[in-house]
Amino acid sequence: MDLTVGPNQFFWSADRWTEFYDDLAALPVDRVVLGELVCSKRLPFFQDRIPDAISTLIDAGKEVALTSLALVTLKRERNQTAALAEMGVEIEINDLTGLPHLPDGANFSVGPLVNVYNEGTLAWLASKGATRICLPPELPLASVETLAKAGADHGVAIEVWGHGRLPLAISGRCYHARLHKRTKDNCQFACEDDPDGLDVRTMEDQPFLTMNGVQTLSDTYASAAHQIDALTQAGVSSLRLSPQSKGFTQLCDQYRQLLDGKISGADVADAICSIDKNIRLSDGFLTGDRGVDWSGKQPPAYQGS
Amino acid sequence: MVMEIVCPAGTPASLRAAVKAGAHTIYCGFNDETNARNFPGLNFDRTEMREGIAFAHSHVSKVLIAINTFPRAGDEGVWHRAVADAESCGADAVILADPGLLDYAACNHPHLRRHLSVQAAAANADIINYYAKVFDVKRVVLPRVLSVPEISAINAETEVETEVFVFGGLCVMAEGRCSLSSYATGLSPNMNGVCSPASHVEYHEDNGALDARLGGYTIHRVGQNEPAPYPTLCKGCFGAKDTTGHLFEDPVSLNAEQLIPQLQKAGVTALKIEGRQRSRSYVAQVVRNFRAAVDALEAGQPMPEGMLARLSEGQAMTTGAYKKTWR
Repeated sequence: MDLTVGPNQFFWSADRWTEFYDDLAALPVDRVVLGELVCSKRLPFFQDRIPDAISTLIDAGKEVALTSLALVTLKRERNQTAALAEMGVEIEINDLTGLPHLPDGANFSVGPLVNVYNEGTLAWLASKGATRICLPPELPLASVETLAKAGADHGVAIEVWGHGRLPLAISGRCYHARLHKRTKDNCQFACEDDPDGLDVRTMEDQPFLTMNGVQTLSDTYASAAHQIDALTQAGVSSLRLSPQSKGFTQLCDQYRQLLDGKISGADVADAICSIDKNIRLSDGFLTGDRGVDWSGKQPPAYQGS
Repeated sequence: MVMEIVCPAGTPASLRAAVKAGAHTIYCGFNDETNARNFPGLNFDRTEMREGIAFAHSHVSKVLIAINTFPRAGDEGVWHRAVADAESCGADAVILADPGLLDYAACNHPHLRRHLSVQAAAANADIINYYAKVFDVKRVVLPRVLSVPEISAINAETEVETEVFVFGGLCVMAEGRCSLSSYATGLSPNMNGVCSPASHVEYHEDNGALDARLGGYTIHRVGQNEPAPYPTLCKGCFGAKDTTGHLFEDPVSLNAEQLIPQLQKAGVTALKIEGRQRSRSYVAQVVRNFRAAVDALEAGQPMPEGMLARLSEGQAMTTGAYKKTWR
């Protein structure tokens, strides 16, 4: 199984962004998807850095793909989506709006925000040129197994959400702007203050969700560390790691060693939690009753009942 | 042409009430996980569906069947049978969201008219025209993230009919792309046809406060004598930084009745009412009011004002994303 680094979901300064991808060139990952996934207003801040980042990563031997936006409504966003094809690298569509803009006959990959829940949709995407699909994080292991088999039949590599805060919802409304009593059009980029999103807590002050502009994520960092054997057996070919601002180098090393059989899932979980004491883990979408559940050790106070 | 009123029916009795109240079109679902309102005691078995459609057709109303969850891997047959049965029951169209299911329906039931569900969240003309080209989709139910000028711009660029929600529950997130509910409860709209399910709701009284919990998470807290809202996740009360409140959306429902003339100018074909879980008397009343509104519009008469406020059960109302400042 190999490692893919998904697109950064958060809004980082252009310098932080460049530094992240420069560092990534030296890390033991096979594939990098970059570009803006969440909000079209962020892209101009780092757009001119993308070609250099692509070159750096390709020179370092990585496969590179460019993500489409997750929700396309405005003319500007349609134009941004259409322009992706001009960049000369593979496109990862994260909204089906990417499809009509692909060059004729081009292969493409499909990101976790496209609803691929079953074999019929997988086969249809394969018929349009999809060669890789990162499944929606919501899917249970049984669906992953069925889809990995279907992927093998259609020549589609199957990737699974391996690590990172879960993208749970996308909206037309910007919650960061709303929190600051602004509208989306006048957001003043409030999301830039929160490089891993902003904690959203329940009325009992329990950590629960994470606000990231128009996106809502989980508080927990999903980790498939305990499911590697099952995913390997199912035929999953890649694990996706979602960028975070702290300890990402260590994280990539840990998952690489886990895939190489050198350390255990529990070792990886411990290492992740040592990066930041506020990191809580989940793997419930794959194997639990609820997405928030975690199959490993975790202080019970963090869990809902 | 008069705007089409598309009305929900959760039971055969509601369907008949809606037809008699003047609904041009009824939408409903089979009583299983193939539709996004998979609630206990709701929806139609095959015989009820056939009879309901026959009743509607005898009154010149149409019936659309929503098969708008995403088929479970390994069990697609359940959804395929629903499409086949919709055709044999005489449905005027099916409302679908999953590309694999659209492909199946287009290939195997080409004469069964296909509408694109709001659960597909098709939010721009490029993707709507693509669905039309590839799956011959005749109508799209627009996601509740668009303003009226944006709807107008979409209609200027597509031949596909558009249907928009005008009344009832309001999703804040792009529909079909939200797994908040399964994160907290294990059950989701996409996979199970439910959101923030009642089976996972608890109310808890403590020191004069009433807590509403979903999946163990307290997302509302009110005084004992205040009404406790249902804990729908995106309309819950949360804390972030130094703010506590409805960070995603207030507990409001959608009412766009005053925007009907603008929606007509924007080229909208059909107005959709949410609420298959609602009673037949509620459904009949909403239909009568909206029918009166579109008939008045057609006759060049002024719109009746404030006609639906009493149906909101004291709940606040919003025009949602139709006004751009909502974002």
